[in-house]
Amino acid sequence: MSNIIYKSVSQVNGPLIFVEDVKNASYNEMVDVILENGEKLKGQVLETRNGVAIVQVYGSTTGMSPKSTGVSFTGETFKLPVSDDMLGRIFNGFGDPIDNGPKIYSKEKVDITGAAINPYSREEPSEFIQTGVSTIDGMNTLVMGQKLPIFSGAGLSHNRLATQIARQAKTLNGDEKFGVVFGAIGITSEEANYFMRQFQSSGALSDSVIFLNLASDPSMDRIILPRVALTTAEYLAYEKDMNMLVILTDMTNYCEALREISSSRDEIPGRRGYPGYMYTDLSTIYERAGKIKGRQGSITQIPILTMPGDDITNPVPDLTGYITEGQITLSRDLNRKNIYPEVDVLLSLSRLMNNGVGSDHTREDHRGLADQLYSSYAKGKDARSLSEIVGEEALSDSDKKYLKFAENFENIYVNQGNSDRSIEETLNLGWDLLSILPVEEMKKVKPAHISKYGKWDNNGK
Amino acid sequence: MENNGKIYSISGPVVISTDLDGKMFDVVKVGELGLIGEIIKIIGNKYTIQVYEDTSGLKPGEPVTSTGKPLSVELGPGLLKSIYDGIQRPLDIIRSETGDFIIRGATAPPLNESKEWEFKPSLNEGDDVKYGYIIGTVQETDLIVNKIMFPYNVSGKIKSIKSGKFKISDTVCIVKGNDKDYEIKLKQIWPVREARRVFLKFAPEIPLITGQRVIDSFFPVAKGGTVAVPGPFGSGKTVIQHQLSKWSDADITVYVGCGERGNEMTEILTTFPELLDPKSGKPLMEKTILIANTSNMPVAAREASIYTGVTVAEYYRDMGYDVALMADSTSRWAEALREISGRLEEMPGEEGYPAYLGRRISEFYERAGRAQIIPEDDRVGSITLIGAVSPPGGDLSDPVVQNTLRVTRVFWALDASLASRRHFPSINWLNSYSLYLDSLSSWFKNNVNKDWLDVHSLMMGILQKESELQEIVQLVGYDSLPEKQKNILDIAQIIREDFLQQNAFDDIDTYCSMKKQYEMLMIIKTLNDNQEKAIDAGRKVSQTTTLPVRSKISRMKEVNEEDFDKFYNNIIKEINDEYNSIIEGVENV
Repeated sequence: MSNIIYKSVSQVNGPLIFVEDVKNASYNEMVDVILENGEKLKGQVLETRNGVAIVQVYGSTTGMSPKSTGVSFTGETFKLPVSDDMLGRIFNGFGDPIDNGPKIYSKEKVDITGAAINPYSREEPSEFIQTGVSTIDGMNTLVMGQKLPIFSGAGLSHNRLATQIARQAKTLNGDEKFGVVFGAIGITSEEANYFMRQFQSSGALSDSVIFLNLASDPSMDRIILPRVALTTAEYLAYEKDMNMLVILTDMTNYCEALREISSSRDEIPGRRGYPGYMYTDLSTIYERAGKIKGRQGSITQIPILTMPGDDITNPVPDLTGYITEGQITLSRDLNRKNIYPEVDVLLSLSRLMNNGVGSDHTREDHRGLADQLYSSYAKGKDARSLSEIVGEEALSDSDKKYLKFAENFENIYVNQGNSDRSIEETLNLGWDLLSILPVEEMKKVKPAHISKYGKWDNNGK
Repeated sequence: MENNGKIYSISGPVVISTDLDGKMFDVVKVGELGLIGEIIKIIGNKYTIQVYEDTSGLKPGEPVTSTGKPLSVELGPGLLKSIYDGIQRPLDIIRSETGDFIIRGATAPPLNESKEWEFKPSLNEGDDVKYGYIIGTVQETDLIVNKIMFPYNVSGKIKSIKSGKFKISDTVCIVKGNDKDYEIKLKQIWPVREARRVFLKFAPEIPLITGQRVIDSFFPVAKGGTVAVPGPFGSGKTVIQHQLSKWSDADITVYVGCGERGNEMTEILTTFPELLDPKSGKPLMEKTILIANTSNMPVAAREASIYTGVTVAEYYRDMGYDVALMADSTSRWAEALREISGRLEEMPGEEGYPAYLGRRISEFYERAGRAQIIPEDDRVGSITLIGAVSPPGGDLSDPVVQNTLRVTRVFWALDASLASRRHFPSINWLNSYSLYLDSLSSWFKNNVNKDWLDVHSLMMGILQKESELQEIVQLVGYDSLPEKQKNILDIAQIIREDFLQQNAFDDIDTYCSMKKQYEMLMIIKTLNDNQEKAIDAGRKVSQTTTLPVRSKISRMKEVNEEDFDKFYNNIIKEINDEYNSIIEGVENV
């Protein structure tokens, strides 16, 4: 049926074209849109009702006119040829190579929509991943198969942190290496270059598959890219037994592309113009992280998004936070103090942390120590805001100690720069910092752990 | 009867078919794959269908057939220990048949059709039977006896009744009705959108004991009550729901994971079989039914999952059990309504939600309650509905929150700022409320202690004063407060840190009995009384904070249940002794 070319386009509206007199276009099938000059674009059927197919065109509709455009239906949904030859290669949003290398041919073609993992087949993620970053390992532990986004803002160090994680991530037993799938969604070429350089210099490129959609590329391609990237990752994880780390940046651009399509379809907008189904749509991306019983590989996702105006209640971070298993939030305040990585631990969370810490995974004191650091740092920040009103002199002795603790915590624990800290180092550093506080206020840690790991002398001072 | 219709249009989960012979809410099979859907609108010859599976690849012209029946669940022995998706497909069976990913068009019978159950009749030949009568029992799990009930809409005289081993579709009883004979099987079928009938609903007066201190002692919920748990992400909604399904004293727990994370459902699936029910010592799964429609599973099935869950809950309530249903999260369900409504191009109400959102939410919560099932015997069962709400940006003016608050009686306000300082459960004690406090207080007086209400009010009072005092501290500093007020801040901190905070992941602290809760509060009360006495005698709060007994109090939640009585008696004595010595011996200091 692909040899029939319909010349019956009746409407071009933004990225959408309406094709009439189509007998049996199927929902979500791929189409080829042929322009006057012979150029071919890809498109996808968004809605089909007897006779009319609404097609979303990937690429630009510039220069398109209803009269001169032809459309041919492929009869298939988007299927991606996958192979382990993809490692070390660079592709565009559709999985076509853009590194001058050969095209990927493979017998295995996979539908990029992906099917939902049966909850009964999932294995509970519990294997600790050491990222070498204290604020993550020590307090917001990442485990294999988790989806943990970085909530960032314009100009913060999310790219640097993401590459640092990709470079340093390993499991504790056997130093297992991660394969990386990197999906760049609408980022600038400068940012893309940064990532490429980082991957090259760390030698990670050979274990990576890179998908690039730059700011100048058609925005509609951004809808496809994460699905292509995840389909590749799923193939490598579940068929080739690799542990995959999927970094998607910037999900805000993805959501904006989604909003663009929604508005050109005249849909009723939800919050801030984003479509009402954005939660479901995002979940079909994020939920593709995980581990499956009886299979070796896993997919760990680190999506990055920049919060417009640093506003965490914006629908993009908000809906993401409801789907992902926690978040790492970067802070502008810490960034101004020249602290890197500027992770605000109080706004960060890892929901799967409990599964990946403790004597079976890291160390028995890990959970309690993290809780203690959290609540002590929160107290220290309270003391800081109090001192801004009444002056540091008016603080009680106890508050002064907590204030000092908060300073140390930010400058030493958080501000680690590029160093790669082992989990032991991270945990011991935590005990060091706590030792300036009164030992009797350490209510979150077990007394046995205080005597075993604590840095107080015998008088508890 | 073949009612062949044809697909006319497809837009996401909404398909329009022509020439279909169907009625409103009939279940239909769509396309060559036979995807399951439901008729939700009929205009002329056009039947609008919401499809419970991904519609990619469907073409106009493909066949549509109606089953002629509304969306229903199968109710019978074998429900317990199961895990279903939103339209009662058993996920474990689906996995063994179609693999790790959910393939479209996959079907499997919800209940095991080949398993044999030992049926013990409790009625005899010649007995008159009506709706709701128990005709016999089946031991469903070690914990739960399934009472086989007479189905709705028939009555008559028992012609024959058998005993022995039967499959769920075998006939165990034949009833002679007015016009014909009815064959009664172990399983029955019920449409999910229709509430099962009860004779009489009561006012709730027995609390659902959850073992969570902030809930039981401060904001209790009644068996048969309704709770809204709104909170932004990361505030611990899911942990609270998990804790309640683990520790509440309901006979049956139905957990509906509605549009939430896949890994969370897995966590339940891996931890529940290992956890033991605190009452019986049997694995928790023996009293649990899971319904999992994760966020990436089809949105229409998510809409149905809430109804599937509550219908199953009603089935066990009708047997006379106390059932607790956790729905996490009703916001995702409301979003499914909104998405489908949008595809239908309905006129939107607030925030794009359909105008009937409020009605649907109140209909759902109205299915809670404590009720006598039939007038002929005194069987009483209850359904407690606990719904998590996930408002965008934590904004409580969200229409789903507001519509939920209108119909629920308990409100546990989760607070992100408490969560970020790791105060868990992060239920804000100033904003939360329980309207059941009055109706439950006589139960607490009779079963815990007669001064329970007084202790409760004292503690709440201290916490409220604390928040006022903290504003003053912000202005004038702590040191300028009089000693009495410093005492309030001191005691409030103890209530917050040593009583309200509870570690769900600590073996001992995860569950706290009513008795221990009361004794912990009495310890704090004794401390408060002594400290006030010391202040009256001219002592300062700062003198008391280093007393050895104080560090024992801060560890009291770590004392296990068996040793707590002894600990309690000792510590009360120590508090009295140590404070007496300060009051008497201050001149020496």
